[in-house]
Amino acid sequence: MQSNTAAFLMLTFWLAMAPALSAQTGEVNSCVSCHLEEGEELAVPVEGMRNDVHAQNGLSCADCHGGDPKAGLDGDMDAAMDPDKGYIGVPSRKDIPTFCARCHSNTAYMRKFNPRVASNQLERYKTSIHGKRLINGDEKVATCVDCHGVHGIRASNDALSLIYPTNVPSTCGRCHADAEYMADYDIPINQLTSYTKSVHGVALLDRGDLGAPACNDCHGNHGAAPPGAPSIAFICGQCHLNNSELFFKSPHRVAYEENDFPECETCHDYHDIQHPSDEMLGVGENSICIECHEEDSKGYATAIAMRNQIEFLKSKMSTADSLVALAERAGMEVSDALYQLNDADDALVKARTQIHSLDLDNIVNVTNEGVTLADAALLAGTNALSEVQFRRKGLAVSLVFLLILAVGLYLKIKEIDIKHPLR
Amino acid sequence: MSSEAQKPEPTKTSDTSQSVDAMPRRRFVNFILGGGLLTTLGSIVVPLFNFMIPPKIQEAVQNSVVAAKVGELPRNSGKVFKFGSKPGMLVHNEQGEYKAFSAVCTHLECTVQYREDFKHVWCACHNGHFDLTGKNIIGPPPRPLEVYDVDISGDDIVVSRV
Amino acid sequence: MAEVTQEPQRAQAGVNEAGESKLKLWLKDRYDFSALGYLIKKKEVPQHRHSIWYYLGGITLFFFIIQVVTGIMLLLYYRPTAEAAFESVQFIMTEVKFGWLIRSLHSWSANLMIGAAFVHMFSVFFMKAYRRPRELTWVSGVLLLFLSLGFGFSGYLLPWNELAYFATKVGTEIVAVVPFVGDFFLKFLRGGEDVTGATLTRLFGFHVAVLPMICTILLMAHLLFVQKQGMSVPPQFERNDTKLKAMPFFPNFLLRDLLGWIVALAVLIAAAAIFPWELGVKADPFAPAPSGIKPEWFFVFMFQTLKYIPAKVLFIDGELLGILAFGVGGGLLVAVPFLDKNARLGKSSKLFTIAGIVVLIYMIAMTLVAYLLPQTF
Repeated sequence: MQSNTAAFLMLTFWLAMAPALSAQTGEVNSCVSCHLEEGEELAVPVEGMRNDVHAQNGLSCADCHGGDPKAGLDGDMDAAMDPDKGYIGVPSRKDIPTFCARCHSNTAYMRKFNPRVASNQLERYKTSIHGKRLINGDEKVATCVDCHGVHGIRASNDALSLIYPTNVPSTCGRCHADAEYMADYDIPINQLTSYTKSVHGVALLDRGDLGAPACNDCHGNHGAAPPGAPSIAFICGQCHLNNSELFFKSPHRVAYEENDFPECETCHDYHDIQHPSDEMLGVGENSICIECHEEDSKGYATAIAMRNQIEFLKSKMSTADSLVALAERAGMEVSDALYQLNDADDALVKARTQIHSLDLDNIVNVTNEGVTLADAALLAGTNALSEVQFRRKGLAVSLVFLLILAVGLYLKIKEIDIKHPLR
Repeated sequence: MSSEAQKPEPTKTSDTSQSVDAMPRRRFVNFILGGGLLTTLGSIVVPLFNFMIPPKIQEAVQNSVVAAKVGELPRNSGKVFKFGSKPGMLVHNEQGEYKAFSAVCTHLECTVQYREDFKHVWCACHNGHFDLTGKNIIGPPPRPLEVYDVDISGDDIVVSRV
Repeated sequence: MAEVTQEPQRAQAGVNEAGESKLKLWLKDRYDFSALGYLIKKKEVPQHRHSIWYYLGGITLFFFIIQVVTGIMLLLYYRPTAEAAFESVQFIMTEVKFGWLIRSLHSWSANLMIGAAFVHMFSVFFMKAYRRPRELTWVSGVLLLFLSLGFGFSGYLLPWNELAYFATKVGTEIVAVVPFVGDFFLKFLRGGEDVTGATLTRLFGFHVAVLPMICTILLMAHLLFVQKQGMSVPPQFERNDTKLKAMPFFPNFLLRDLLGWIVALAVLIAAAAIFPWELGVKADPFAPAPSGIKPEWFFVFMFQTLKYIPAKVLFIDGELLGILAFGVGGGLLVAVPFLDKNARLGKSSKLFTIAGIVVLIYMIAMTLVAYLLPQTF
C-alpha cells in the first residue's frame, strides 16, 4: 500500500511536470517538430509518447534512439540522425531486449527513478522460452515491446498499462490466442478462453480482484517458470501453500510421480481451473477419484468416507443455518449462533483443505469440530424459536384479558345507559 | 325469588324483580370488569417492570470492546476475542505494543491466529500470512486485514473500530 | 340490603352532610375543582349518524399516552450518539426483557397516532367543527398534528439505521432550497453541514425535550377547549329544528371512549407482537445510498409531489415552488376557521368541503402512486 501510494504520488508529480517538460524540450527537440510535420506514420511515435512513463520521467527521443536533436534545429535531418553521433534509429527485433537493457540493466541509473526497481529483466528474459528462441533467431517470439508496448509505455501500476494485472491475459492472448500467428508452434491456442472462464479469470477479470493470478503469476514475468517447470505443485503452492504442502505429504505424490500425473492439474485441470466443488470428491457422477480408484479398492472406500464427512458437516450446518435464519427473521437475537456457524464454516473450509492430505483421521478431527459448533448453533436457534412461541402465547393471553375487559366494559355501558339515559 | 312466583302478577312485580335481579347481574358485571381490569393491568405492568430491570450484559456498544486485561497476554502472543458477531485478534508484539485486527481472513473468512514462531498473524485454512500491520504478505489472502484501534484504559485493553 | 351495609363504611371514611369526603374537602381547600367537575357533568355528546367520529380524538390521545410511556421506557437504554445509537436499540430489542415489545409498540403507536390524528382532523374539517367558538381548538389541533409530524421526522433517525439516515439526509436537504433562511435551517437541523452524530443528538433533543414540552402545553389547551365548549353539532343537524338526542359525557361517553381504547390497545399489541418493527442495518455515512430509501408514509405524498414538479417553473426553482406551496397549504390549514366565512355565519360552505375532498384525494393518490411505483423513490 505504502509503495503504491508513493508511486502514485510520483506519477502525479510527473504528470503535472509533463507539459512543462515537453514545452521545454519542444524548443530544442527537432525530432518532435520534424516528425509532427511529416505527419502520418512518422508522427505516431511522437503522439504516443504523451502518455509514456519515460517521457513523464524526463527522457526524450534521443535518450533511447541516440542522435543529436539540436543539430537538426536548422532542418538538417542527416546531422540530427547521424550514426556517428550515436543515432540508432529503429532497433531490429532481435536487438530490442539489449536496446532496452542499456538503461534497465543499469542498476545505478534505474535507482535514480525508483529506488526499488528491479534491473535483472534482460538476464531473466534470456532464461525464458521467448528469450531463448529469440537468441536462436526466431523473431516471432515476444520481445519487450510486444508485452509493454512501444512509445506509450505506461507504468506497471497504471490501469491502462498492457501489463496491469487485468490486462495481462489479453496482452498474452494477442499472440497466444491467434491461431494464424501460432501456426508454426506446436502448442494450443485456447489458453485465453480457458483462463477467462476459470475461477482465477473470473476473479481477476469479472470481479477485478487484483489478488487473483494473471498469466504471469504462474508463468513468471521476464524469466518464467515456464511450462515444464520442475513441479506444478510448486507453482500453485506459491498461493495455495497448505494444499500443496499437504499434497507433498500425501500418498498421491508418490503415485502421481510413478504414473507421471501432473500433480494439481490431475484433479483441478490447468488454465480452465474451476472453483472446486465437493462433487469432485466421492464416487458420484462428477467424482474425480473414481477416474483412478476402482470399486472395492482402498482409495474408493476413502473417497466415499471423505465425501461423507464433508456432507455430514454440511447437512448439520444447513439445518442449523436455516433454523437460525428462521429465528433471525422472527426478530430474535442470534449473533452467538451466527458466530458459531461462522466457526463451523471455518471447519468446513479447513476440512476441504485437509482432503489434500487424504488422511481420513485428520479430516474427521476437523469435521467433528465443525459438527460440535453446528450443534451448538442448532440449540441456540431452537431456543430462540421457542422464545418466539412464548411471545405468541403471551400475545394470545393478553388479548384474552383485553377481551374480558372489553366485555365487562360493554356490560357496564349497558347498565350505565339505563341509569343515565340519553337526554 | 323464583320465576314461578312472579308469573301470577307479572305487571306488578316487574319493577321489583328487576331491581332484585339487578343485584347479581351488577355483581357479575363488576366481577368481569374488575377481573378484566386487573389482568389487563397485570399484562401491562409485568412487561414494563421487566423492561426496567437492567439485563446482565450491560455493554450495548459494539464499536468497542474490552478484548483483554493488561498483563493477560505475554509478549509475542495473541488472542482471538468476540467483536460483535465476528472474531477479532489482539496481538502483543515483542516490542510490547498491542495491535488489533479483524480475525476474519480476507481469503475465505476463516479465523486467523497469531503464530509465535512466525511472529505474525497466520490463517490455518490456506496458510495465509499477515504482518503486524494487517498486510497480507504470503499466501492466498487478497487484501489486508481490517485494523482496529487499541487503547488501554486502566486495566482494560479496549479495541475499537477506526 | 346494600344501602344498609354502606352506611357504616361511609361513616368510617368521614363524610359530611353534603356527602363530601374529608379528602375532597381537603382538596377543595387547596383548589376548587368543582368548576371542572361541573363542566364534565354538564358536558354532553350529541347523537347523530356521524357521532362515531367523536371517538377519533380520544383514540389519538390514547396513542399519545402510549408514546409517552413507551418513550420514557426506551430512554432508560437508548444512547443518542452515532457510535452507540444503533447498538443501543439493538440491545433494547435483544437483551432487555420485553425490549422488542416496547420498541415495537413505540414505533407502531407512533404511526397509528399520526394516522388517527389525520382521520380526526379530516372528520372535524368535514363536520365544520371549527366554527365559532372553536377556532382555537382547531388551531391548536392542527399545530398538534404538525408537531406529531415533527415527532415522526425526528424519531425516524434515532435508531441510526441506513434507511433512516438517508431519508433524513434527503428530508433536511429539501429545507435548503428555501430562499434566505434555508441554509440556516439546514445547518440548524443537521447541527452542521452534513447528517452526522451531531444531527442525531440534535433531533434526539427535539424528540424528547423540545417537542414534548410544546406538545404538552398545546394538548392541555386543546383538551381544555374541548371540555369547555363540548362537542360541536354538524351544521346540517343544527339547521334542522328537531332537537338532537345527547349522551352524557360522564360516564356514558367516557366508558365508550375506554372501550375504543381497549380495541386500539388490542390492535396495537397484536401489530407490535406479530410484525415487530425492523431495525435494518447500521447507517454508514460513507456507504452509497441504498435503494428503497423512503420517508415515513405520512411524508410520502409531499416527496412524490416534489418529484413531479418540473425543475424550473417560470424561472422559479421547481422544488422551491413545491415547498412554498406546502408551506402556504399548511398556513391555510391553520387559518381554515377564519377563512370559511359561510360556516362562521352558519351557512353551508360547499367550497371548503370540496376543497377538503380534493386535498384528501390528492394526498391518498400521491401516496398510493409512490408505493405502487416503487422505482420512483
